[in-house]
Amino acid sequence: MTDIADRQKLSYIAAQAADARLNVELETEGMTLNIGPQHPATHGTLRIIVRLDGEQVIWAEPSAGYMHRGYEKLTEVRTFPQVTALVNRIDWLGSFANEVPFILAAEKLMDIEAPARAQHIRTILFELSRIANVSLFLGDLGVQLGAVTPVFMAFRDREHVLNLIESATGGRFHPNFDRIGGLKDDLPAGFITECKQVMKKLRNFCDEMEDLLFGNEIFQSRLRGIGVIPAEVAKQYGLSGANLRASGVDWDLRRDQKLPLAYDKVEWKVWTHPDGDCFARCWIRLQETREATKIVDQLLDTMPSGPVMAKVPRIIKVPEGEAFVSTENPLGEMGYYVVSKGDLGPFRVKIRSASFNNVSIVPWVLRGVYVPDVISILASLYFILGDIDR
Amino acid sequence: MNLAVTIPYWGQSLLRVLGGTVAVLLPAGTIVYLFLFKMMSFMQSRLGPMEAGPYGSMQLFAEVGKWLQKEDITPARADKRVFRAAPLVVLVSTFLLVAVVPFGPDAYFTQFDAGLFYMLAVSSISTLGILMAGWSSANKYSLLGGLRAAGQLIAYELPMVLSVLGVVIQAGSMNLQTIVIKQNSDSIFGWNGLGYPYIATQFVGFLVFMVSVQAELTQTPFDMPIAESELVSGYMTEYSGFRFLIFFIAEFATAGVFALIASVLFLGGWGIPFSWFGWHSVDSIDNWMNVAGPLVMVTKMMVLAGIIMWVRFSYPRFREDQLQRFAWKVLIPVSLINIMLTAIFKVAF
Repeated sequence: MTDIADRQKLSYIAAQAADARLNVELETEGMTLNIGPQHPATHGTLRIIVRLDGEQVIWAEPSAGYMHRGYEKLTEVRTFPQVTALVNRIDWLGSFANEVPFILAAEKLMDIEAPARAQHIRTILFELSRIANVSLFLGDLGVQLGAVTPVFMAFRDREHVLNLIESATGGRFHPNFDRIGGLKDDLPAGFITECKQVMKKLRNFCDEMEDLLFGNEIFQSRLRGIGVIPAEVAKQYGLSGANLRASGVDWDLRRDQKLPLAYDKVEWKVWTHPDGDCFARCWIRLQETREATKIVDQLLDTMPSGPVMAKVPRIIKVPEGEAFVSTENPLGEMGYYVVSKGDLGPFRVKIRSASFNNVSIVPWVLRGVYVPDVISILASLYFILGDIDR
Repeated sequence: MNLAVTIPYWGQSLLRVLGGTVAVLLPAGTIVYLFLFKMMSFMQSRLGPMEAGPYGSMQLFAEVGKWLQKEDITPARADKRVFRAAPLVVLVSTFLLVAVVPFGPDAYFTQFDAGLFYMLAVSSISTLGILMAGWSSANKYSLLGGLRAAGQLIAYELPMVLSVLGVVIQAGSMNLQTIVIKQNSDSIFGWNGLGYPYIATQFVGFLVFMVSVQAELTQTPFDMPIAESELVSGYMTEYSGFRFLIFFIAEFATAGVFALIASVLFLGGWGIPFSWFGWHSVDSIDNWMNVAGPLVMVTKMMVLAGIIMWVRFSYPRFREDQLQRFAWKVLIPVSLINIMLTAIFKVAF
């Protein structure tokens, strides 16, 4: 680990080296540009320090931590059921997905498993939050590249999904619905028919986006061949989720790992793309939204009956031990390493969030690109600030 | 001009420019702005402004009121005089532009033989203002935006001039009034029910002109200099209060004025085909055309401004090098070929 002083020294050396190169070759002066902390392209408070030669980036470094909320520490003074209310806020666009891995880790420690119906509903809500997250990405992508209209369409159709989540859980953004051993409640009446209609709308939305954005020549020329991440580099930097699959690595935790979720009961396809460029990453997310609607549709058809809560003690004490559970969240692999000492609350929780690792590739991938490409690369890497800073 | 008091030439010019501002620019800006907001809202499945006035029609006044109340901030390290003057330079370019646009047989502010030349020359003054704004703001984003704007506006000035040349060759004049009259008094293959709008033969020129206008206005897909999501509005980053308002108005008013010029050059301007009313020349045109002409112009402006905005809200933006490549490798060759063909046909027929 390098501490901050070292990093500053490194960045200084890099800037000097870059300038030296410039002065010799082009007799020009470099410029340090701070993209962020307040910048529309970072949709939050990420700061990216770039050293520019004209419009070309010669060195870049992301600087996170402007929105650090200390969730890992806060969990240590909460009881296990209270933690879900906290971790909800990590990836705020797909909140429910944050709760699931933590609850699964706690269940693993307690050696209980949620009933089949609860697993089904969990998976449905998980995929709904994926849709809520990624549909906004598809709209925001347009804004980043200068097209204003897609984002309004995204908000229009995301609204339906949020309404669904609200009808089931009572919370639009932060459901806090997952419980150790099951779910807080069963689905409300009429959820299944309504959900099916919404899934149809979302598929239309995906088609619309494909027409409006992905088929557009300017869009393609802005994204194709830009920010190429080869599979090897992607693996080395620990990318996950759509960013990894866009580099051609066929790896999806929903399929590749056995968890008490209902993914093995449905048919769906894990999309990969050989290119590894910005377009591939965006296209993979578009396809994943479609697949998510299919998953939800199939799960709604095969919904088992029964209780939604297993038998758990009234006061939850998690036995001593350690567990790590990670799931394929909208942004990538998200995992919780939970250490329990047998108390009411966790002794230590380490959160492995997807965006933090996805952003770590920024210095590598930004080197040598132009300023406009910085924006398309950042947009296609798709991070949520809460997920980086926690 | 026959007035009771003799006014010196500069006074007349001043009056004309002021008249142009009040009579054309404010309505043009307002209409384009409202049009923009409402059309954009409906495209994006929302209602748009609804509170200020009936259906939000007074929204512009509400916004002007809001901007005027804001503090006029000049950054500490800015080149203050240049910083303050820049928006005015941009606006002046728009004002001067409107002076040559004819609105009827006698309804024009000024009319001279080098009208088109003047228009092209004056429209490039705004580049100066933008570069001034970008450089003097003492902001890196503004600097990048200003430099991009300079490169882009100069690159697209060229196809704009070249695309207009086809019209000049066909009309045999650079006087905008003459161009309008020619378009309305001629006929297509002996059929004169439509007059002879140059869009019929200069369609390529019209396309190139509209694309260049889009770029000159720095509207999407050519809004790299502004790029809200990237350069945080580029050269406008540091502006607030009424100076930002001036930039803002200039942007929309220029959109309106360029739509007016495009309709003069390609769509027949203020004219209604002369054969409908049995007119033969300018002198035989009835006086009511001076009232109807401006309305015709506004209609055509709305259509063209609508196209500009439609493109603006549908497309993502080009990258800087891509749009330069587009100008130099596509638009300029295409317009050169257009000029060549027009000249050949002009000589041949």
